[in-house]
Amino acid sequence: MRAVDTSAWRTAPRAALCAVLVTLCATATAQQRSIALPDLRSGSTYMGADLKTMQADDFANPGMLWVEKGEKLWHAPVGAAAASSSAGGPKTCASCHGDAKTSMRGVAARYPVFDAPSKQLLNLEGRINQCRSQRQGAAALAYESEDLLALTAYVAHQSRGMPLKVSIDGAAQPHFENGRTQYQRRIGQMNLACMHCHEWNTGKRLLAEPISQGHSNAYPVYRLEWQATGSLHRRLRACYFGVRAGMPQPGSQELLDLELFLGWRAQGLTVETPGVRR
Amino acid sequence: MADARIQIPAGVRRGETFEVKLIIRHAMETGYRLTDDGKPIARNVIRQVSCRYNNVEVFRAETSSGISANPYLSFYLIAKEAGELVFEWVDDTGVKGSERAAVTVAG
Repeated sequence: MRAVDTSAWRTAPRAALCAVLVTLCATATAQQRSIALPDLRSGSTYMGADLKTMQADDFANPGMLWVEKGEKLWHAPVGAAAASSSAGGPKTCASCHGDAKTSMRGVAARYPVFDAPSKQLLNLEGRINQCRSQRQGAAALAYESEDLLALTAYVAHQSRGMPLKVSIDGAAQPHFENGRTQYQRRIGQMNLACMHCHEWNTGKRLLAEPISQGHSNAYPVYRLEWQATGSLHRRLRACYFGVRAGMPQPGSQELLDLELFLGWRAQGLTVETPGVRR
Repeated sequence: MADARIQIPAGVRRGETFEVKLIIRHAMETGYRLTDDGKPIARNVIRQVSCRYNNVEVFRAETSSGISANPYLSFYLIAKEAGELVFEWVDDTGVKGSERAAVTVAG
């Protein structure tokens, strides 16, 4: 028996070593995936047929109410960008960005991004608020407010069907590392990290619900439990609550960094906004 | 509060039955929930939804706290003539909403 196996036994470690070296070279700049591409599953694949149908039907999908409201807000003049007389009066989003169907196509797929001028990590909500305060001269919208959710859903919806691809290089790197640390760190009275459910126990059940891989590709989502559309940060806070940990504020650095890590982790999945979830 | 979406077929033949779908964005607050500090949240649900087809009422629903948020209603009408559907609804706080859709009839 052993004599037969020897040749394979001799060559296997060498082949494995080569593979490891190749991988190491490839990941010197690009990080290794936490879930292999063929095993990636969007949250929608864990849902029943009824919810899949609801999400796929643009009329039945209640998230489209927020998308349509966002479209109205896109064309609604706000703020007093008239500070300089040449700017001339209140601006709409469309004044600068034109038709969102073309100008916003693919934007949500690459967020969050590190914004060099302000030296901070911005998600879509953050970018919309930055635009409002810096370009439109309007007050920033409260995180999780109906208007901010609607605008975010509208912008993200323009990228539906496009694969997520966030950048974790350069100045975004420390945020990415911090996000990964949080993803792997045990928290709360339950002493659980994100990965314990969403990587090690996916497909199993937590009470009546299947455990998904916890991807961020359909946000903002219409969640039946909320009976409303909510942001990724609201959903993340629900997990913090579930493991009985202190909940960071929506829009906080902790959640933004986690969002960056999750975006990277979900790369390859396509944007589904507005998603429907239990 | 007053955003809603209506869906009817783009064109129907005279005498044909067609489906009308309506979804209204409304929290449908039941009145049974409490805030985080234990105070009751006042009930605010849509009480009544009606639909007029060329000024004739063809559909009316009396909704209550048993209906989910963002209620989705659908019903069937017979296409007698081209015209307009006018939906109107009112909630507990007296806020009224309305939405219109044009019915195109061929033949």
